This record gives sequence, structure tokens and C-alpha cells, in this order.
Amino acid sequence: MSDLVLQGLTKRFGEFTAVDALDLTVPAGSFFALLGPSGCGKTTTLRMAAGLEEPTAGRILLGDRDITGLRPHQRPVNTVFQSYALFPHLDVAGNVAFGLRRRGVRDHAAEVARMLELVQLDGLGRRRPAQLSGGQQQRVALARALVNRPQVLLLDEPLGALDLTLTRRMQVELKRIQTEVGITFVHVTHDQEEAMTMADTVAVMNAGRIEQLGRPAELYEFPQTPFVANFLGQSNLLAAEVVERGAGYVAVRAYDNRYSVPAGRCRAAGPAAYLGVRPEKVHLAEAAAQVPAGHDSVAGVVTDWSYVGVGNRYLVRAPWGTELAVFSPNTGEGYYPPLGGEVVVHWDPAHAFLLDREPGAGDATTPVAPEPTGVPA
Amino acid sequence: MTVTAAARPARAARRTPYLLILPGLLWLAVFFAVPVVQLGATSLYDPNGSLTDGYAMTWSFGNYATALAAYWPQFLRSLLYAGLATAICLALGYPLAFVIAQRAGRWRNLLLILVVAPFFTSFLVRTLAWKAILADTGWLAGLLRDLHLLAPDGRLLATPFAVVMGLVYNFLPFMVLPLYASLQRLDGRLLEAAADLYASPLRTFRHVTLPLSMPGVVAGTLLTFIPAVGDYINAALLGTVRTSMIGNVIDSAFLVRLDYPQAAALSFLLMAAILVLVTVYVRRAGTDELL
Repeated sequence: MSDLVLQGLTKRFGEFTAVDALDLTVPAGSFFALLGPSGCGKTTTLRMAAGLEEPTAGRILLGDRDITGLRPHQRPVNTVFQSYALFPHLDVAGNVAFGLRRRGVRDHAAEVARMLELVQLDGLGRRRPAQLSGGQQQRVALARALVNRPQVLLLDEPLGALDLTLTRRMQVELKRIQTEVGITFVHVTHDQEEAMTMADTVAVMNAGRIEQLGRPAELYEFPQTPFVANFLGQSNLLAAEVVERGAGYVAVRAYDNRYSVPAGRCRAAGPAAYLGVRPEKVHLAEAAAQVPAGHDSVAGVVTDWSYVGVGNRYLVRAPWGTELAVFSPNTGEGYYPPLGGEVVVHWDPAHAFLLDREPGAGDATTPVAPEPTGVPA
Repeated sequence: MTVTAAARPARAARRTPYLLILPGLLWLAVFFAVPVVQLGATSLYDPNGSLTDGYAMTWSFGNYATALAAYWPQFLRSLLYAGLATAICLALGYPLAFVIAQRAGRWRNLLLILVVAPFFTSFLVRTLAWKAILADTGWLAGLLRDLHLLAPDGRLLATPFAVVMGLVYNFLPFMVLPLYASLQRLDGRLLEAAADLYASPLRTFRHVTLPLSMPGVVAGTLLTFIPAVGDYINAALLGTVRTSMIGNVIDSAFLVRLDYPQAAALSFLLMAAILVLVTVYVRRAGTDELL
């Protein structure tokens, strides 16, 4: 087993740069997720690793071996396609045996049977792909790739076509299979929950570049950029200016309020910063008197409320017009204010973080507060 | 009231398919079934009758034996020429159809029109044009002689080559169009999947492209072979007596020798031969379910 290494990998389609000088090392045996919105270059990166797309520049290595120039059929890499791409003229066993046959493996029947058992399709070997459900087809596609014991298995949004219940089950199953076979999985997805559920390491991609790479918890708890903060979950990002860098803390001013953040949770190099805090780390209180000591706070008015079972989602408009997202888990113990109610929003400074902000950029919250109507921008 | 109101559309829906095939069935009955029965009867008439004296129905099954004994070389030649022409059409048509279907991009429609373009002139005129091109005094024969590719007294016209070439030219579109239809449906992602699963381009063709295009191959070869076996225009215009096909024999038996019973018997023998060959072929190709 060897690491998959991408060096300065670039792909341009005419004027458009899909993948921009990507440097990435996927450790052998890991479950690695490439996460990003559609058009961010994640699928193009995957296709270059498979050999289905030729890089404009850069190298692809497996360990020390340069595979950049190899044709797809020469690479010890297999792909689970988003469309599954099962061969309609072959039955399930024929599909799974396809790669083994092409490599001249003689005793493939036992291998195929073992693999079908692994993906829980034993007994369906004689069926045609068209006779299977979406989830079963997905597992055939997985077995067809895995049976070759590739050095790297590439998965291109393999769960995109399944319904939610099935997706959840397949996430768990994929993780189980990966642990069992120990092959490196590179999983491309736009679903942040899927990436966090399965992957050891997540790379968040945006506009052809990797914005941040790390364990799911690292990315979520302390995002590197505003993009990551709002693509992996959602964040309240308030435009702030750094006013003081003290011992163990950094103080900022936002809309004449002073807030602080532990020095270890500050990524802002300059004075312009975003003060970030996750909606579920924000709490609601009826009045300033009930805010625990040491918490930072801002008063506001509840402008939107929705009940989603596991909790309540609120939007609270701050005095300067920005709406802050608040998620109160349904523990039965919190304070659940009515729509239009005046509340105090507060959080533990240890849960906040500071990111670099382009000077002049305003608050970034999702959903973004609607533009006031009738007022020219 | 409600029961009949609900039942009426259901009954009408059941009747619809039958109503839809009725015109076609009537047409076939009048213009195919009746003539075939008539032809079958003619093939069993007294061979000693004549058009002026009339024919007596004598159930002369001997007509078949006589026809086969006299003309088996033309039968074999027809099958050989048509088989050759079909094979050449497939060899030329498959790459052409593949490129048009999978690689032509915005040129696709133009190329398809070019494939069909010969149909804008009549079959007879096209074949006559080839007669002029292949003529002994034509530029092509002259050029080939100058290049020493053809002996000084060598001919292009009136050879088996000319007949087979004429068949290929005239029936190529019938091969290309069904092939195009099935290759155009071929999902390019399956070819990527094959490459990903260690299949070289050649093996991808052998194990994915070809099996998935078999319906087109079968339809194309049938549409080429069947009319080519019975064709007589190419052999008449581009060949000689030594290259005559069964179509020429039937043509002359009906229109020159006026031997109606023998002409009918030959027609039936040709039909039977084609039917047997096609059945065996379709079985062997294993595409019954795909047709």
C-alpha cells in the first residue's frame, strides 16, 4: 500500500481552471473525503487520479511511482461511478468479474462470490443490473471495483442517487467495508454530513483549491476560512476589528461591542477579522441578567422560528440589522422565546473563533439577512 | 350509470391496440398474403402450359427440383456475393457509424445526411453511374492501368468485383443507419468504466461496445443481406452472364422466357433459403431478446 500524492495538479478547460495547482497527500489506508460544492473541481480531481482526464500540469504518484502518464486500464486504481455505469449486457457476477477477467485472473468465481457476500448481495449473481434496486446497483458498483483490490478506490458521489434512509445505511456500510478491506478510499461528495460521517480526513475544496484539510472535528470546531465555516455546517460571522492582542486572548470590536476569543482560536493576522460562532454554540436568554458570567452577548429580536424536532431554529436580528442563526436543542430545559420576542443572545468566548476578513467585507451569516426592500444598495 | 361510465373507457382502451394495427394488417393481407398464395399456386402449375394457352393446376412439385437443378450455381453465387457485400458493408459501416454516433459532435447531422444522400437519386441511375465510372474506357480503369494496378487488357466492369462493389455501394446506408441507432444509445460512461476496470481500448470494444451494439449489427446485416441476395440490377448492369445472380434468373424467367411456374418456384426457393439462413443467424447471434 502506498500514499496517493498529487503534486501541483492543474486542469484547465479552455479559459476555466477547474483544478488549480493542487497539492495533496492521501495516506495509504485512510478514508479520505473531497468535499465541496458542485463545480469546485472535486470530480475533475478524481477523474485525473483515475486517468479518465488528462492533467494540464502536475503529477500524480502512488508512493514513489509516477502514474501521471498511465492510461486508465494501466492504473491500480478503481472507481465507483456516480451513475454506477454497470454493464447492462452482463449479469451481476459478470459485472463483478469484469476487471478480474481483463487481468487474466483464472479462479475468479470464488473471489466474486466472496465479494458479493461482503456487499450483502449473495445469491443475486445471475440477476441483470436492470432487475436491481438503486441501492443494490450501488453495491454491485462497489463490489466490481473492490474485487480488484486496487491501491486506491475512488468514489464519485456514490450515494447521490439514493434516498435518505438508504444513504444513511450505505454510509455506515461503506465505512465498515473500508475498515474491513483496508484499501485507501477517496470519496468525493458535496454532502458535508456524509463526509464527516465516513471520512478520517476531509479536504474542503472551493474553486479548484483546497481551503482546509483535517479531521472532521478540527474542520468543524475551528474552520480556516469563511467558506469552510459556512460550507461545513453554518456559522455566524460578524465583521470585527482586532483591538487588542493580550496574553491568551484577542479582543475585537464589532458594532461598538467588545468581544474576546482565546488566542489559540484566532486565525486573523490583520486587524480585519470575522468573529465566528456556530448556531448551536449560541444560547438565548430572556434578559441580560440571566446571561452567565464571562459570556459575550448581544440583544436582539426573534424574526424567524422553526421547529425541527431535535431542536428549534431561530433567527435573531441584532441592533445593526444582521440576523444571527441560533439552534436550541430540544432538551426541554432551554428558553424558547416567541416570535418577535426580545432576547439576549450569548455564547462562551471559548467557542468563538476569529478568521481573516477582506477589509470592507460585511457580516457573513447563513441564511444571509434579506436586503431591505426599496433601498438602493 | 357510474358503472358503465367507468367501464366504457377501459373497454375502449383494450380495443385501441387492435384498431391501431388494423390498417396495416389489411394492407398486408391484400398486398402480401394474397400475392404470396397466388405465387405459391403458380409454382405448382403444369410446366408445359404457356401464357397464351393458360396453365393447369397439376400440383407439379417437380418444378422445384427442376429449378434447383438448373440454377443452383446462381443460387450459390447470390449467397456468396450478398454475403461478401454484407461483410464489406459491416467493415466499412461500423467505424463510420461509431464515429458519427460517438465522436462527430456538431458534424453528426451533416454526416448522417451524407450517408442518406445517395437515396435522393434512384437506385437504377446510381448503378448506371457506376457503370460509366467502371467502364473499360473510363478514367478509373485508365488510371489503374497507368499505375500498373490493372493489366492492359484487364477490366473493372463485368467482373464479380464490380457486382459486389455495386451491392456494397447501394446497401451501405442500410447497414450504417441501424448501427448508428444502436451506437448512438451507447453510454460513454460504460466505456470509461471498462477502461477503469483494466480493459484496453481493443478489449473495451470486444467486451462492451460490440456486445451492446449487436442489435444494430444484426439489424444492419439483415437489411443488407436480404435485399442483396435477391438483387438483380447490380448484376445486370455491372456484371455479365457469368456473374448473374438468382434475381437475374427470376427476372428473365418471368419477363423474357415467360416460364411462370419456374419463376414462381425459384422465388419460393429464394424466400425459403433466406428464411432458414436468417433464423439460424439470429439464433447464433443470441440477440432474440434484443431485437
